[in-house]
Parts: sequence; C-alpha cells; structure tokens
Amino acid sequence: MVWLNAIMQGVLLGGLYALFAAGLSLMFGVMRFVNIAHGDFIVVAAYMMLTFVVSLGWNPVLGVALTVVLLGAAGYLNQRFVLNRVLGGDILPPILVTFGMSIIIQNGLLEVFSADSRKIPTGWLETASVEIVDGMAIGLLPFLMFLTAIAVIWALQLVFYRTSLGRLLRATSDDPEIVPLMGGNNAHIFAVATMLASFVVGIAGIWLAMKTNFDPATGPGRLLFAFEAVIIGGLGNIWGTLLGGIILGVAQTVGAQIDAGYQILAGHLAFLAVLVFRPTGLLPKMAG
Amino acid sequence: MTGRNQILSSARNRVQVANRVLALLMLAAVVALALAPLWAGRAEMRLLMEVLSYLALAQMWNLLAGYTGLVSVGQQAFVGLGGYLFFALAMFTGMPVLLAIPAAALATAVLSIPTGWIAFRLHGAYFAIGTWVIAEVYRLIAAQFSALGGGSGISLPVDLVRAMADTRAGREQLTYYIAFAIAVLSVAGVWVLLRSRWGLALTAIRDSQVAAESIGVNTRRAKYVVYVLTAFMTGLTGAFIFLQKLRITPDAAFSVNDWTAFVIFIVIIGGIGTIEGPIIGVIVFFTLREIAADWGTWYLIMMGAIAIAVMVVDKRGIWGALKSRFGLTVFPVDRRLDVETRGASGASQQPNQTHMKTGLQHAE
Amino acid sequence: MTRLLETTGLETFYGDFQALFGIDLHIDAGETVAIIGANGAGKSTFLRAVTGLRPTAGQTIVFDSTSIAGMSADRIHKLGIAMVPEGRRLFPSLSVEENLLIGASGKRPGPWSLESVYELFPDLAPKKSNGGTALSGGQQQMVAIGRALMSNPKLLLCDEISLGLAPKIIRDIYKAVPLIQERGTSILVVEQDVGQALAVSDRVYCFMEGRVSLTGTPAALTREDIANAYFGVGEAA
Repeated sequence: MVWLNAIMQGVLLGGLYALFAAGLSLMFGVMRFVNIAHGDFIVVAAYMMLTFVVSLGWNPVLGVALTVVLLGAAGYLNQRFVLNRVLGGDILPPILVTFGMSIIIQNGLLEVFSADSRKIPTGWLETASVEIVDGMAIGLLPFLMFLTAIAVIWALQLVFYRTSLGRLLRATSDDPEIVPLMGGNNAHIFAVATMLASFVVGIAGIWLAMKTNFDPATGPGRLLFAFEAVIIGGLGNIWGTLLGGIILGVAQTVGAQIDAGYQILAGHLAFLAVLVFRPTGLLPKMAG
Repeated sequence: MTGRNQILSSARNRVQVANRVLALLMLAAVVALALAPLWAGRAEMRLLMEVLSYLALAQMWNLLAGYTGLVSVGQQAFVGLGGYLFFALAMFTGMPVLLAIPAAALATAVLSIPTGWIAFRLHGAYFAIGTWVIAEVYRLIAAQFSALGGGSGISLPVDLVRAMADTRAGREQLTYYIAFAIAVLSVAGVWVLLRSRWGLALTAIRDSQVAAESIGVNTRRAKYVVYVLTAFMTGLTGAFIFLQKLRITPDAAFSVNDWTAFVIFIVIIGGIGTIEGPIIGVIVFFTLREIAADWGTWYLIMMGAIAIAVMVVDKRGIWGALKSRFGLTVFPVDRRLDVETRGASGASQQPNQTHMKTGLQHAE
Repeated sequence: MTRLLETTGLETFYGDFQALFGIDLHIDAGETVAIIGANGAGKSTFLRAVTGLRPTAGQTIVFDSTSIAGMSADRIHKLGIAMVPEGRRLFPSLSVEENLLIGASGKRPGPWSLESVYELFPDLAPKKSNGGTALSGGQQQMVAIGRALMSNPKLLLCDEISLGLAPKIIRDIYKAVPLIQERGTSILVVEQDVGQALAVSDRVYCFMEGRVSLTGTPAALTREDIANAYFGVGEAA
C-alpha cells in the first residue's frame, strides 16, 4: 500500500517534470537547440510569481498572467536578438552562451533575493486531498499540477497540429532552409518557438514555487530533470515527454521510499538505464 | 623578386621573428616556473599551483571540445573521481602519496571507459548535459561512502602528508613540482598528440566528422581514446588538487562551477582550439580574479557576460583572433598545404601550369 | 511586353569559389524560359541567387521594376517569386495538404488555391492526408509544384523537376506548364532534359561553367549549336 502510494506520488510528480521538460523538448524539436539556462528560467519564473503574489501581495491570477507573459516576452527577445546569432552548424556557441546565461541568472538572483530557500505558501491547498479509490487519497495540489501538465501538452499539440503557426514550426523543424522560400522569416519563427517554450517555463516555475522550496541555485537540477524526462520519453514526441516525466517521478519516489537520500540518485539511475538499453527513448519520433 | 613577393616575404619574416620572441618568452616563463620555490613566497606558490592546475584542466577541456568536438560540461566527474580515488588509495592501501596520485589517475581512466560508452549514446548538446548527469551520479555515489566521510567529506590524515618529505618546506616544494609536472605534461602531451597522426585525425573530425569517416578515419575510436586520455589527465589533476587542499567533500570534488564553469571560461576567452589559448586564458582569469576579489556575485556575472560576448563577437577568443590576424604561433600544430609547381623545364612558374607537387608539412 | 526579371552581370561565390561569372538573363511577362546545361554549370546556383538563398548584395537583379539584390528570401517570395526546389524538399512532418497550405503563407491573391491545384493534379486529391513524403516521385513533384503555385507567384522557378522521374511521368508533369502559363504565371525552368526544355519553352539559355554559352528560341537553334554550347566543344580551354 505504501508502495502504491509512492508510485502515485511519482506519477503526479511526473506532471511537474513534464512541465519542466515540455519547453526544452519544443526548442530542441524546432531548432535543435538546447538551452542550458532552461532550469534557471524556471527559477526566474518562480521568483517572479513569489514577488508578485507574496512580496507585492497582488491577486494570484494577475501574478500568473504577468509571470507567463513576461517570460514569453523575455524568451522571444532573447531568441531574436541573442540566441539567433549563435544558431548554426556549430554546437559549441549555443551551449556556451546559454551556460553563460545560466551563471548570470543564478548570480543575479542571488544578488537580488539572497540564498534563502523560498516557497509560495498555498494555505489550505497544501494539505487538501482527493480520495480517488477506497482508502487512497492524493494531494489536491499535485493532482492539479498533473492536470495542468496534461492541459499544457494538449494545448501545445493543438498549436502544432491545428494552426498555421504550428505548420510553420513543424516545417522549420524539418527543413529550415526552404521555409523562407514560402515567405517564412526564420528569425521570427525561432523566436516564436522560444516564446511558446517560455510560456510553459512560466507555468512550470509557478508550480515549482508552490510545490517545493527553491533558491537561486535550484535551476541546474531542474534542467537535469527536464533533460532526463525528454530522453526517457524519446525525442520529438511531446506526449513521450509526459511519459518520461512520469517514469522519472516514479523512479524518484520509489527510491525515496527505500531511503530518503536515494531520491535523486534513483532518478538518475533510471535515466541511465534507459540510455543504456533504449538510447532513443521509449516513444521516439526523431533522431537526436 | 617582384614588389608583391618582397612585401609578402618581409611580412612573413616579421611573423617569424615575432614567433621566435614569443617562443623565447614561453621558455623563460617555464624556467621561471621551474625555479619558483627559489623566488616565490608561500602564498605565491599556492597561487601558482592553482594556476598550473587550471592550466592542465583547461588544456584537457580544450582537447575534448576544441579539437575532438566533444563538448562536455561534466569533466568535474573526473576531477572528483581523481580526488576520491587518491584519498581512498592513500588512506586504505598504504600506497605512498607520490604513487597514489598517478594510480588514482589510472583508476579514473579505467572508470571513464564505461562512462564514455554510456555518454556516447548521446550527441551534441544532449551529450553535454548527459556528462553533467553522470557527474552528478558520481557525486551522489561518493556521498554514500561513509568510509570517505559521506556527505560531509574527509580530511587527509596528517601522517600521510608528513610522509611525503621531512620538512614543511620540502613538502611544499614537492607539492609544487607535482603541479608543475602535471601542467607541463598537459601542454606537452596535447602538443605531441596534435602533431602526430592522431592529431591529423582529430582535426579532420573537428572540421567534418562525415568527411573524416568517409576517408577511413575511425571517428568513434578516436573520440573514445581522447575521452579516456583526458579523463586520465583530469583525474591526475583532481588527485593533485585535493592533495593540496588536504580535504575532500562531494560538493567540492564534483563542483560544476569550480571544475567546469571556470575551465570553460578560461578556454573560451583564451582561444578555443589552440594550445596557447588556455595559457592566455589562465592569465586573464586569475588577473580578473585578483581585480574582482571583493565583487562577490558580480564577478561571476561579469565572467558569464564575457563568455557570452566572446561567443557572439568572435568565438575564436583572444589567441584565435591574434593568430588569425598576425599569424602568431608558439606551439605549431597546423598543417599547411604546400603547392609547388614545375613547368616542363623544371623551373618554378605560376601556379596554373599543369604539373603540381603537393606536400603536407608542419607550418613553421 | 513587361520585363519581369532581369539580371545583369550576375556573379555568385561560394566562399572563394566563383560559380557564376556575369550572367545576363531576362524573362518577360507571359514567357516560359528554359536554362539548360551540364551538372555544375551554375543553373541551380542562378535560381538560388534569384530567390535570395545566396547572398547577392551589390549585384543587379531587377524583378517587376524592383531591385531584389541583397534582399532576404522571404521578402523576395512575397514580391511574387516562388521556387520548386531541386529535390522537391517537401516537409515530411506535414501532410500533402499541409505542404500545399504552407505554400500559401505569403497570402497573395490570385487564381491558385487548394481546389485549383487539385484540379491541375487530380492524382493528389485522394492523397491529401498522406505524409508529405509518402508518395511516388512524380506525385511528390506535383505537390512541390502545387506548393509553389499556392502563393500565386508572378514568376515560378522550377529546379530540375524531371530529376529521378520516368519519362512518361515527366511528360505528364510538363503538360501542366502551359496550363500554369495560361493563368498568368511566367515560368523559368532549369532542366537537364534538353528535349523537354526545348519543347516547353519560348526561349532557351545554355549555361556552361558559370557563363551563358548560348541563347535563342528553340526554333532558331540547331542540335549542333546546343551540343556545342552544352559541352563547350570548340571553345578555347
């Protein structure tokens, strides 16, 4: 029973990891670009939400809207004016530029917010639970978080497969050289892709802030979880990323059940196992 | 000679003179470093050892990323492994410190074989993050070993340190010369490697892996060999670093900031893909560190900003730009295609005649 | 007759390598013009220069009274030039119909739409939900042409559309050319199939090693003229 509970917690945790991973997956899918500062942007969103809702006391709905919109705008501008300049055949510049950004963000946050661990208090939501079957209850907060992940992924699929923007994004992912021949402006398309990914990063950061303690150095750990979820799930498949997140979450919670100190290591080992036995992931759609 | 040839040859002479001067400066610096115990105080020696350690780490990261195209943000795995294996060997096998250091490096290299096998299942930027995950795994595993202090780490027993030499001055000198030897080995090793056939293969891989494979270069094996070799040297440096610190903890041993971020900064600013680059890089890095000593987080922010600026403005870094602009070289590794032409009479003529003789030589 | 496209002394480089050495070429509205020549003669490079895929700053290229030298590819496309790229380059992640729709991203008004493209190439209608590359070579070529037409271009550039296709399929596809011309689009075809090129065009240019070696109307040129210009026989080395 206690194991079943651990697995259930892991599945719900997987929703959070899927949220972390979705943005990473999107950017890689469209631009073959990996943003090493991805986790740090999630933490920026967390601090933003914290500032709006706790420090300034604004309405949470306003806080959510502002955080998501600001992250989206920042993502668009960053891609359009900085990251686009280092995109190209060489893999080194994007890695190094985003690595540099990661260092800057972590230290900038440290300077502004100090190293104290923070969290957004969620009052009654913290302890509320939902009984799903006889005798087994799950936390309401994690459950809503999981539902958000599904909603976000569903929305991204909608954009990608049912809109003309999505058509352009998929075409750019296939063959960016030809897209300008159809009137597509790659600089803008890449920036839009990053903007979408940044909306998701904003949502992910808000959930992070509500679910766990965080501090300026939390970013890299989230990047690693996002990355692991993407690899386990398989490249190019965003529902696969949800599956990857769930597997990672379950590995972690089961590991934690064995010994609290094993949680993160268990997740890493599950990732390595997938890498060894199924390097393309569980539901891959494209080559790395 | 025609006017144009005169200008070209005097320009070439100037470059040759400049290169000779730089080579002499380099030699003078090496001699000065070799004699450091004679002129440097304790604090200076400590700083020099740090500089030499970072030089070795930077040469290795440069070899991986700048020549083999393997961008790793997980080399801290081997620094930490080198440190922990050194502590384990020195403390539990009775091996003398001087032997334990290379032994730890060897053990690190052995561990890098399965590590590399796993890491190579990923490519490009995903390979980079994968190496980071692997380093984290090693960190978390190291924290499980209570014999080595678990999460809080452990100090090197005093008697092991005392066994190195009779006097404290003697121990400090010995420690310094270990660092010096490692740094010299790293620079010389990379230079020799790049001048060899292996080096030609690596340059081909760096330029175009597909093209290299199509002419028969076994790229996978070449990358693997370089990965293991750099793991050895990085482990060797790690073993030394923690000998000098006398204490090891999982967080310090496997720190991304200390052993990857700073190293990358050094290589990028100095000039990736050149041997001189990391040398310039350590000088710039440590100068900036001295200047910015009180800045706290702003120092790191500045570092990140400079790294980004270099990538956006001129990704070749300081030495890369100097080399490209002025043709300067201290450690020649580039190969130059010499096209010599002969007409029917055997006399040298303009290059668009039918007979051509080509040869690959090392640029002077 | 309005001059639709004119290049004067066009030069193009790939790094240090010069591919085009001063191309003078023009197309008038309503014409179908063909460029023939051996592999490596610079035909595709010319199309890439015109569509903005190669840098052309400082060159003289005028389209519909506007200088397009140095302009970005997406802006050139929006002015009314569409290309059927060499090798078709359909998007595998998009269905046939989505490939056609993406061709209309420029949103220019005109006679071409999904219906008229399916009318021109009836084979495609039943396959519209297939993956973009899950079709025969000939059908893929039709999709590529349809995709370019969807933008209602004034000038359609066709880069080696016969490549890899059986002769009967080539003939079928080329039957579409006069139908396209009728509806107001001028056409420039780059072709290795000399017979097909001569059959369909009003005027012909022959490229050799980056230069125009011959130009004229198909009727006025003999097979010998063309063979000499194609292979460079009889020219000073």
